[in-house]
Amino acid sequence: MKQSGWLRRGAAVAVLAMATAGAGLSPALADDAPHKGGVMRLVARSAAGTIDPQINYTLQYFQINYVLYDTLVTFKKVGGTDGFTMVPDLAESVPQPEDGGKTYTFKIRKGIKFSNGQELTVKDVVASYQRIFKISGPTSGTFYNGIVGADACLKTPATCTLAGGVVGDEAAGTVTFHLTQPDAEFFYKIAMPHAAIVPADTPAKDAGTTPIPGTGAYSIASYDPNKQLKLVRNPYFKEWSKDAQPEAYVDEIDYDFGLTDEAEVTAVQNGQADWMFDQPPSDRLAEIGTKYADQVHINTLMAMWYAPMNTNMAPFNDARVRQAVNYAIDRKALVDLFGGPVLGSPTCQILPPGFPGHEDYCPYTKNPGAKWTAPDLEKAKELVKASGTAGQKVSIVVEDTTVSRAIGVYLQSVLNSLGYDTSVKAISPNIQFTYIQNTNNKVQMSVSQWYQDYPAASDFLNILFSCAAFHPGSDASVNISGFCDKDVDAKIQKAMALAVTDQAGANKIWAEVDKDVTDKAPVAVFFTPKHVDFVSKRLGNFQFNPQFQWIVSQGWVK
Amino acid sequence: MSMTSEDLPSDFPAAVALKRRPAAGPWITAWRKLRRDRAAMAALGVLLLVLLLCLLATAYARHVAHTDPFVSNISGSFTLDGVTRPVLEPSTTGLGLGFTPIGPTWNINGYFLGADNQGRDVAARILYGGRNSLLIAGTSTLICLVLATVIGVVAGFMGGLVDAVLSRLLDVLWAFPIYLLAISLSIVLISKGFDIGPISITSGSLWLPIFIIGIVYVPYVARPIRGEVLSLKSSEFVLAAIGLGVPSLRILWKDVLPNVMTRVIVFVPIMIALNMLTESALSFLSIGVQAPDASWGTIIQDGQTMLYTRPIVALAPGLAIVITVLALNVLGDGVRDALDPKSKLRIGGA
Repeated sequence: MKQSGWLRRGAAVAVLAMATAGAGLSPALADDAPHKGGVMRLVARSAAGTIDPQINYTLQYFQINYVLYDTLVTFKKVGGTDGFTMVPDLAESVPQPEDGGKTYTFKIRKGIKFSNGQELTVKDVVASYQRIFKISGPTSGTFYNGIVGADACLKTPATCTLAGGVVGDEAAGTVTFHLTQPDAEFFYKIAMPHAAIVPADTPAKDAGTTPIPGTGAYSIASYDPNKQLKLVRNPYFKEWSKDAQPEAYVDEIDYDFGLTDEAEVTAVQNGQADWMFDQPPSDRLAEIGTKYADQVHINTLMAMWYAPMNTNMAPFNDARVRQAVNYAIDRKALVDLFGGPVLGSPTCQILPPGFPGHEDYCPYTKNPGAKWTAPDLEKAKELVKASGTAGQKVSIVVEDTTVSRAIGVYLQSVLNSLGYDTSVKAISPNIQFTYIQNTNNKVQMSVSQWYQDYPAASDFLNILFSCAAFHPGSDASVNISGFCDKDVDAKIQKAMALAVTDQAGANKIWAEVDKDVTDKAPVAVFFTPKHVDFVSKRLGNFQFNPQFQWIVSQGWVK
Repeated sequence: MSMTSEDLPSDFPAAVALKRRPAAGPWITAWRKLRRDRAAMAALGVLLLVLLLCLLATAYARHVAHTDPFVSNISGSFTLDGVTRPVLEPSTTGLGLGFTPIGPTWNINGYFLGADNQGRDVAARILYGGRNSLLIAGTSTLICLVLATVIGVVAGFMGGLVDAVLSRLLDVLWAFPIYLLAISLSIVLISKGFDIGPISITSGSLWLPIFIIGIVYVPYVARPIRGEVLSLKSSEFVLAAIGLGVPSLRILWKDVLPNVMTRVIVFVPIMIALNMLTESALSFLSIGVQAPDASWGTIIQDGQTMLYTRPIVALAPGLAIVITVLALNVLGDGVRDALDPKSKLRIGGA
């Protein structure tokens, strides 16, 4: 998914981060003793839209929703790679699949209460899954369409019952899911905040700025998107699983909006804020990396920065042109634009290092092999000459942010050197992601980012490059390149089917798909980014989880 | 009985003056007065210097700095006094985060004012950017003044329904805050360009900011011109011409327009200054000049992200704007004084 921005109807997306937490560059702060109580102040440039956990599709609020709400199962809330471990949350245990992987029965924990004092029941679980469809949630058609009855719910959301798909047994305290076909990623999907369990009587419409009660460690006291989101302890919360929803340290979290990223850095430096959501601007990186090194945490993300090229529009409908772009770009220069080698690693392929199915591969370098070393401009010019497309006009659509714009200007320079007449259009980050997806906008090339939703190769290769992910004329067509290759598609289907029974075997096929897509070059991958968290001196116990990034509830302040 | 210089004694001073110096026209008189205005002449000198430097942009970039200010040079290096340094210097202290573009070398052979975050020579870009800023400001001023003069003269002279319609149109345009109107038009047109009938402007063209800026200021010039024409229309010489049956077009061309032109000329430096500021604002907001073209506004925007590390990238084009606009305003004052008949006594008596 996209790092930020308000995705109303995105297809599959969602951010995350690979954790090297604890490791990496996360220096321990001076005081390691736990401190309960106090008020923690977080800052961000802006709010991220609706507070409805089943609708909001931004990293900014995913991070918050993970401590406000619970799902049946979840990712373990600890730092490091252990954070990818699936643990039971509102369910007593992670169930074994039945019926060849098409049925799962969850036993719901007893005694858990929502922040309004109401006890969580089987009815709430069933109603929450119905609500995903009733409100036409952004992932209802992608993550949850495999549930029996989902087709009918997608057609007529208002009358959704998921009959035969999500079956509650109040006497037994169980909820049983029936799938139309086995899904190796089912647990990952129901661990997303869109599957948060909310009270059964929650209105089936976007909650907007009205808080919905949750079962997490915190509850929302107030929300004004122009000013502040205030979280206080959930008075009815009692820790039932430290792995799933650990008790929080601070009593109150004030999340203020409206500062520029420069002001955010200054606020953290001065101790007026404890953490900033946005990445520090490039001109402050050297300063914070030198004077405030002990307040900086750097962690690798399971993500990529890349340039989708429209495979259905000239000149990029010629694979040689797309390959030429891949050969010509200096990935080291792009890493420098992002903040230097500490914050990114050049790469040519789709799957990030360390991700399931990843095998080092880079054909687009001076000495083709496993890793990128240097651009090959001569090879690129040969390919462009062979394609006969030199002189054509190319437009690059970028986000109006410092890094995206700088990358766009750099690409413009590269494409001009290859003989194209290139222009750069910078548009608001709020609309750029949807704009570049819609084929009606005739976008030839763009600059974008993709962050994992969950640790599965399909989250990159199936979602970004399958024929099914291409929806001409739609704002929700994350296959931005419009890439559709029958052979690649067949391999994707094969890998997804095999993953149900043989994950290792499936990963081998994913590695092949990764290489195939890289060779056909519907995109030019630039680098794997790292994430910078800049925190105040008084903030302790910073834990970076690969799924949730910083675990907000586990930070304490002195 | 009338008297000429022939009727005066030959040693009479006035007669000598009249014989030796034929009466100067209003333009020459104005120029003479302007030449005596030291501040205005200094401002004109500054403007000519700025113009000359900007016109030398290509020569400077190619033959002095040996750089292409429109090509990214992120991984490049630069040698000065036998020392080779990367154009973008990576941080080597602390966590090693970020990089800092090379600072001013104060050497005209390269990176005189340092590099921007694409590794491009800032000094060369400022010269190229100045060319675009001056071109846009000058051309949009021309468009604005031509349109405003036509509308103001026609409305004022024709009166009646024509005046009412044109005046209301100006009112409508005037009702919008200038910058809001310019920004709105730019946002709408910047992505798709402008294509109506024979007029076709592509999205990245400099003509877009030129036309937008030229049009939004029309009411500010057209209104005073209309007022001037209304005043002239009731003056004795125009009434006399009408009384003698001189055709309206001839009156307009021979009597009204020459008198209005002095006011139009006073507007020239003022409007260039205003348009330059507007262009800079639009370009700063990414809705004016588009990359790879540069203007002083776009360079300020580039520098905005480097304020902490290389403030000169934003300050240098800002200073260029300040100097140019200040010079234009001082020159504008001088031109107004020179063309103002009421200032004759003051200057003459000085």
